[in-house]
Amino acid sequence: MSTARLALEERIDFYPTHEVSGVRFRRGRALPFGATIVPHGVNFSIFSSAADSCTLVLFRKREREPFVEIEFPREFRIGDVYSMIVFDLEVENLEYGYRFSGPWDPRAGHRFDKTKVVCDPYAKVLGGRDVWCKRPDRSAPYQHRARLAFDDFDWEGDTALEIPTKDLIIYEAHIRGFTSSPTSKISAPGTFAGLREKIPYLKSLGINCIELLPLFEFDEWENYRPHPETGQPLINYWGYSTVGFFAPKAGYAATGGLGMQVDELKNLIKELHRSGIEVMLDVVFNHTAEGDERGPHICYRGIDNRTYYILTPDGYYYNFSGCGNTLNCNHPVVRNMVLDCLRYWVSEYHIDGFRFDLASILGRDQNGAPLSNPPLLESLAYDPVLGKCKLVAEAWDAGGLYQVGSFPAYGRWAEWNGKYRDAIRRFIKGDEGMLGEIADRIQGSPDLYWYRGPTASLNFITCHDGFTLHDLVSYNRKYNEANGEGNNDGANDNNSWNCGWEGETDDPCVNALRERQIRNAATILFLSRGIPMLLMGDEVGRTQGGNNNCYCQDNAVSWMNWDDVRKEAGLLRFFSKLLAFRHAHRVLRGDKFFEHRDCVGSGKPDIAFHGTRIGEPDWGGRCLAFLICGKHAIPQDDDIYAAINMFWDGLPFQVPPAPEGKSWRVAINTSMPSPEDIYDGESGPRVDSSEIIVGGRSIMVLVA
Amino acid sequence: MKLETSENNGIGTARLEGSLDGKTAPEVREQLGPFLSANSKMILDLSKVDYLSSAGLRLLLLLYRELSARKGKLVLLGVSEDIRTVMSHTGFLNFFTLAGSEAEAQQGLS
Repeated sequence: MSTARLALEERIDFYPTHEVSGVRFRRGRALPFGATIVPHGVNFSIFSSAADSCTLVLFRKREREPFVEIEFPREFRIGDVYSMIVFDLEVENLEYGYRFSGPWDPRAGHRFDKTKVVCDPYAKVLGGRDVWCKRPDRSAPYQHRARLAFDDFDWEGDTALEIPTKDLIIYEAHIRGFTSSPTSKISAPGTFAGLREKIPYLKSLGINCIELLPLFEFDEWENYRPHPETGQPLINYWGYSTVGFFAPKAGYAATGGLGMQVDELKNLIKELHRSGIEVMLDVVFNHTAEGDERGPHICYRGIDNRTYYILTPDGYYYNFSGCGNTLNCNHPVVRNMVLDCLRYWVSEYHIDGFRFDLASILGRDQNGAPLSNPPLLESLAYDPVLGKCKLVAEAWDAGGLYQVGSFPAYGRWAEWNGKYRDAIRRFIKGDEGMLGEIADRIQGSPDLYWYRGPTASLNFITCHDGFTLHDLVSYNRKYNEANGEGNNDGANDNNSWNCGWEGETDDPCVNALRERQIRNAATILFLSRGIPMLLMGDEVGRTQGGNNNCYCQDNAVSWMNWDDVRKEAGLLRFFSKLLAFRHAHRVLRGDKFFEHRDCVGSGKPDIAFHGTRIGEPDWGGRCLAFLICGKHAIPQDDDIYAAINMFWDGLPFQVPPAPEGKSWRVAINTSMPSPEDIYDGESGPRVDSSEIIVGGRSIMVLVA
Repeated sequence: MKLETSENNGIGTARLEGSLDGKTAPEVREQLGPFLSANSKMILDLSKVDYLSSAGLRLLLLLYRELSARKGKLVLLGVSEDIRTVMSHTGFLNFFTLAGSEAEAQQGLS
């Protein structure tokens, strides 16, 4: 190592050639973009195709005024890239930004403003919002302040886990939401370190992948407002509004105030990996925090507005994201930035996968029209560094593009299956005429993904965006008044049913039905082929009081209440055993579609659908049974028979014969109270009769 | 940043005082160099260190690695509660043996 360092130090071109106010510098290297620590200095490199000139602005940490500004001499620009090495900087105490000089001509797409300091799109650390919700000084001329990161971290042999996609069980969580509540009783609530303290909980629940809501640097104060009536502060809690794509959210780190968020997040990932849990990031490349023409000059618009954003012919921002602007993802420069960013997170942070928010935007061209072969999506699918990581699309956007089942996949991309969510919700609440679709959804949606396989389907019933599972069975309509938008925000079409009473109640019949409905939803989710995803807290009946759009609620409405772990011990037990059931039965987790025939000489097809009577599914009704043949798994597995009764009354179901020499045992019965709702292994009651009574709105699962 | 070193029974003790950060860490490293090569068992007394930055933590880890490579051992003495918490959150704590007293530190090295 010392020899290598010596060789670098002896380079003949690492000496200063220029000096301004005692700061020495020289021409830099165009690549890589961003700020890179080099021998004796820092290499700064930034792109702009339309600027007339560029000035590097250097600050001491948290100081309002810069200590030096250095305009890039003409000979420091190569093509459209400005680069410079500045020597003898105190890296830990440095913040940097740029001023660009160029035309202010919005109609032509240019919005240069030399009075503004903008941050580096490649900044690895961003200061300015170091501590969550600490009120910023809005008068400061430079708000989101680029810093350097040490990229050395002792991973001790850690690497991405590469769990086969078919075996994943995803848990969707919010860094603050998971542990901010005082009921979490941990030392660093609402932070990366706090989540680390709760890893044992996740492990005992049985998930093997955590999908984290956006953790790229964003501004929680964006669109801040007090609630018009209650005065309660409303902030950007979810974080779907990226300031910098390469920087972790400082306010999510207990050590953010000390600028150690990079180490804290890496340590969290290392510890999750040690517990066998993958980390998937929810990433937002469809827009940025700069909003439309009324928004702030943070970065991109002041560097090269026409390159970074999709603009209308008269220079306004197209708004396919519903958030004011649209990132110009299929511009070659922006495409490379996205690629560089994901490569960075995979190689530097050992991230296992990504879920792309409003991913359909990534398939639009520079005029906003959908592309049949989008270069960005193709690049990501075939990228060498991303070669083993999971790519999941939210396959729609706010501009009306809906691509569930038709997202350009290149054999790599999976999709949030919105049709799965809608169908299962309607089925559970008792809609008729659902069974044909339900059969498809349970099989991994072959109607949508026949050419891609069931692992293209990320199955979910609830996610951060919408009702929690508890609220889905407790509210017929949304209650978003606390968001301060007159209950006009959030979806109206929730396919929810309150089980006979709107909201919380102490009616034991209603509550018992809700308990059952939650178990029914979960059972269907974890019996289905595809990738199941569970929403944070659903396993303990988390409620948002009927709010289905908690984007601005950084409080108990959104937070996990850890007292529920004790109060809802029965439900939590059900979930952890249900997840264990899925892990124990590989026949549920196939990565190929069922063929509806006997492929292995077992005498039974791989899957067969029944009604209350064997071989007679009633496709127009509310009951469906199916038998999955375990001999079709390699190595062989148990047979699994599920009888789903979404009719309001109990019904007898004929039971198919158990495999030779075996007897059916009850694995799950959602009509029973805990602990008789779910059994370990072969500990459930034996079923010798040829008929079982399945309670109203209940599911029984038998194994043999 | 002040640095004092002493040796006793084959154990080297280095006492630091002040802030260990990007500015002081390279100086400390340079000054510790010869002392480090002469001792394979070392106590780093941090009881008078009021601030440890990212660069400071990295220096500690480098010392740990250097000593481990020579089958040596490093014990940190008198780490304040605040610094300990930061070390825990960032994962650096896992690498080190911490001691509350000189005697405990001696024990940790034996």
